[in-house]
Amino acid sequence: MLGKTAIVGNGDGIMVFKAAGVDTYPAEDEKKAKDILRKLAKDYQIIFLTEDLARPLTEFLKRFDEEAYPVVVSIPSGESGGYGMEVLKSAMDRALGVDILFHKD
Amino acid sequence: MARLNVNPTRMELKKLKARLATATRGHKLLKDKSDEMIRRFTVIIREAKSLREEVEAELSGVLKQFSIARSLTPSYVAETAFSMPSVAVKAVCETESVMGIDVPKITIERETRSGGLPYAYSEITGEADYSVEKASVLLPKMVALAQTEKAVRMLAEEIERNKRRVNALEYVMIPQLEETIKYIKDKLDENERAAVVRLMKVKSKV
Repeated sequence: MLGKTAIVGNGDGIMVFKAAGVDTYPAEDEKKAKDILRKLAKDYQIIFLTEDLARPLTEFLKRFDEEAYPVVVSIPSGESGGYGMEVLKSAMDRALGVDILFHKD
Repeated sequence: MARLNVNPTRMELKKLKARLATATRGHKLLKDKSDEMIRRFTVIIREAKSLREEVEAELSGVLKQFSIARSLTPSYVAETAFSMPSVAVKAVCETESVMGIDVPKITIERETRSGGLPYAYSEITGEADYSVEKASVLLPKMVALAQTEKAVRMLAEEIERNKRRVNALEYVMIPQLEETIKYIKDKLDENERAAVVRLMKVKSKV
């Protein structure tokens, strides 16, 4: 199956990926992003979402974890805010209950 | 633990024993499955973590450079310059089965449409060239990250679900069955003893 990739985000930063061959969908706030994601989920297999939009939509994004596609993944917008790591951490907490990645000793 | 509401008969005892055997076997199998899933999960989550670190570091570099490029060009010029992609990203999406869960498996094939950059060099600053090129190079890595992170999330969910099943068998189903079996056995023994005593009494009277 041939998949399509899209990026949803705010700001100009996502424009650079347009030149790299990814379809871009600007969204100013999370409400708009939610609507766009709903539409994109049917057509696109890989959707990148900027972190500032992904953070308020955490609950909404959970529904995409049931099936293999579409894959929705957060990317930092500008400086990394650590959201991606939070997602990993919560997955780890749920599955193992022990911290195997982020502990400091 | 509450025992099941059944009649204390030999028939029921036999049925319950069969159920207990199945439950124990199922519990063992699920526990093995859980162990193996956790092993795979630890491998995948480590991979996802290192990938994410790489991608985040490189991406913030790209975005920084791109914002410089944007600030050096008027927005309408930039918009026309970037609206025609030079490459088409072809992502071949398949699924791969990890412990019975279908996780995505994506391979990137890229096709250069016209060769080079999507705009004339005179249109825009050199900073943009770098950032676009870097973004194209980074894209396969981002897709790999997407794939691994999705696998992490799906596995986590499945592990959680499986854990609940194992616990339900271990702490509810199996003790319940054991207790009911014991109850029926006691009841049957009691009946047998009663029958023997009755016979003895009758015999002594005759």
